[in-house]
Amino acid sequence: MANAKQPILKNTPSPKTASKKPMDFDRLYAALLLIPSIILVGIFVYGFIGQTMYTSLTNWGQDPAQTLALNPQLKYIGFQNYGDLFTGLLDSRFRQDLVSTLFFTVFFIAGSLGMGLILAVMLDQNPKGESFFRTLFLFPMSLSFIVTGTIWRWLLQPGGGFNQLGNSALNTLFGTDKQYFGFQWLNTRQQVWQFNWQDVPFYTALVVGLVFFYLAYQAWQNRNTNRMIVAAISGLVLLVWGIIWGRNAEWLYPIPEDHGFNLAFIGIIIAAVWQMAGYTMALYLAGIRGIPEDLREAARVDGCTEIQIYQKIILPLLTPITLSAVIILGHISLKIFDLVFAMAGADNATTDVPALLMYLTSFRSNQFAKGAAISMVLLVLVAAVIVPYLYTSLRKERR
Amino acid sequence: MKKVLAAVTVSLLAASAAAQSKQLEIFSWWAGDEGPALEALVKLYKAKYPAVDVQNATVTGGSGVNARAVLKTRMLGGDPPDSFQVHAGQELTGTWVAAGRMDDLSALYKEQGWNKVFPKGLLDLISTNGKPWVVPVNVHRSNVMWYNPAKLREWGITPPKTWDQFFATCKTLQAKGITPLEVGENWTQQHLWESVALGTLGPADYLNLWNRKLKFNSPKAIKVWENFGKVLACTNTDASGLSWQQAIDKVVSGEAAFNIMGDWAAGYLSTTLKLEAGTGFGYVASPGTNGTFIMLADAFGLPKGVKNKTEVTNWLRLLGSKAGQDAFNPLKGSISPRNDSDLSKYSKYSQSAARDFRTNKIVGSLVHGAAANETFMSNFATVMEIYLSTKSATKAANAAEAIATQSNLGK
Repeated sequence: MANAKQPILKNTPSPKTASKKPMDFDRLYAALLLIPSIILVGIFVYGFIGQTMYTSLTNWGQDPAQTLALNPQLKYIGFQNYGDLFTGLLDSRFRQDLVSTLFFTVFFIAGSLGMGLILAVMLDQNPKGESFFRTLFLFPMSLSFIVTGTIWRWLLQPGGGFNQLGNSALNTLFGTDKQYFGFQWLNTRQQVWQFNWQDVPFYTALVVGLVFFYLAYQAWQNRNTNRMIVAAISGLVLLVWGIIWGRNAEWLYPIPEDHGFNLAFIGIIIAAVWQMAGYTMALYLAGIRGIPEDLREAARVDGCTEIQIYQKIILPLLTPITLSAVIILGHISLKIFDLVFAMAGADNATTDVPALLMYLTSFRSNQFAKGAAISMVLLVLVAAVIVPYLYTSLRKERR
Repeated sequence: MKKVLAAVTVSLLAASAAAQSKQLEIFSWWAGDEGPALEALVKLYKAKYPAVDVQNATVTGGSGVNARAVLKTRMLGGDPPDSFQVHAGQELTGTWVAAGRMDDLSALYKEQGWNKVFPKGLLDLISTNGKPWVVPVNVHRSNVMWYNPAKLREWGITPPKTWDQFFATCKTLQAKGITPLEVGENWTQQHLWESVALGTLGPADYLNLWNRKLKFNSPKAIKVWENFGKVLACTNTDASGLSWQQAIDKVVSGEAAFNIMGDWAAGYLSTTLKLEAGTGFGYVASPGTNGTFIMLADAFGLPKGVKNKTEVTNWLRLLGSKAGQDAFNPLKGSISPRNDSDLSKYSKYSQSAARDFRTNKIVGSLVHGAAANETFMSNFATVMEIYLSTKSATKAANAAEAIATQSNLGK
């Protein structure tokens, strides 16, 4: 900034005093304004993240005599808590939670985006009472997850809500007294798409190997032979390793663990999508309305049908909106806690998520260090979602 | 005039200063239905010590799930409540006493002669090395099986006395399309487990589980999980969505035959559902546990370093006294642990429970904090999940043994 203004200021009689004084004051003022928030954020955000990190490397909670003592004496034990979480016999619940979160995130994001887009496209047709419907669709957003969860728990109980409604409707229709529906929305223990956790090394090798092959392909297109060879060989080595040692990694996990998608999550996903679809609808609607009418007109003149206009013009232009919605929804799904707590309770491992397990581990079983380790894993997952996004958007701004 | 005003001001200031110096904060999870019982105690206390400002710090949430988390943050933050509610037994001794946070109450017990009025089984649960740590206020029984007498007569069955009899009854009932045993959400399944464990092992080996003389993966203890699996085969499929009240509702309505729940169910059945004990609802000890009383109790202790030690001690004296317990328990629907309580004040069910309490062998409940420390209790939910998803008795038993070692159970 100072450099940019220098040429103009050079013409003034005494450039140094004239240029420096207001600039210094500005800087001082800015610094004064910023310092308190920097200090506060430093202590209360990064300081505590650091403390949590340190806690996760100690044995806080392993010795009952120290756990709740006035000045607990903590011992540094390195990454043992993390090792336990990912390989320990008793922490298979945490690994199931990771798998559950993955499935939840995928279905929650896909559901919210899909529903939101459908609603937005419908409203874009300018139906009668559009603003009424817009408010109606956006309404669930204003509820807290606890309220949503409580309502949906009632609706999805085996003996209540939807099942009861369906049964009584069919019974009046046919004059019978039968139980047609008995959906176990939240209570089933059934799992689908199971895989053995012992195969994780194989899948990891597979994914990283594929990335290497992609890099090799790119290098081949750019005619960078050296890079292509290195990448292809690395990918091949990884794949071979994964196939030979990565499957049924009994050296890593004592017993086979089948983890998969718990069908009990369907109920929770329905409730979550119900709540967040209005939000994505609002985003999409704003996006669609922001596309200039000229573009559509031009397309129509060129002979596009309405469907083609959406396909070729509107949807591609909505990509940045989709991306930011994915980021927001992705991080909601990582921190989801209240909805699950309200709908299925804290103790059902079939509908457990890491945030809930962190609470249970820390504040019910007093294993503070392990709880801290779970929260650090969550932090890394959130960072994996947010940091690339921030990086690209900051780079765009700089341009 | 001025003088009078000044005198009034001075005395007011003195009064408020006195009030400020004499405070008692009572931390509990007794809200809702249990609120009036606590109120009755506080009223008694205020009548005796009118100068003390009693603050009722209640955190709602069944069984203290939320209160315990709040308590932990307060204790760790150096702001302990003057006296807090805790489940008597290992939940206290394995957690707070082990951490050196409680004061020994031996002197108070001697002064009040409580060693003579509380039964030995209870004293064993609340003491370590002969030192008592808390004053128990009430006692609940966990191993009670509830049924609907009219329906049982209609189906032509009697309450089974052992688990083997139960399995036979189970077949009869399932043939008729009736759920033999109704269970509810996660913790009620663990509640069922402790009744199965006691019914399978007998009181001596049941106690040996908690003092680590019997390993969780010994053949005897594996048998518990096998029996538990057979019992589960006789239960409803929608368990995880039902509260304990909803589960017992099914017994009342005749969709299910039995339910095993603590005796707060008696309060629910008689007060809320207006059923008569003995005719509207029936009760027996859960199969195989006749003559044994799985106990859980609420209690208060004296945390180290509280400001109002005299007031807290007075509060504890009141809690342990006959007058205090007989004011509290009939309202709470529990019985008094004292063997000289006035039974005429209690309901018909409570009277029978009190008789059992005085004659039966007393053991502690796992789920309700008497038998094991918090770390084990909380991780036992994971063991239960391992069993429910693998249906393997050996795996669950090994996991329980691992958790017992990890949480220093019985030390």
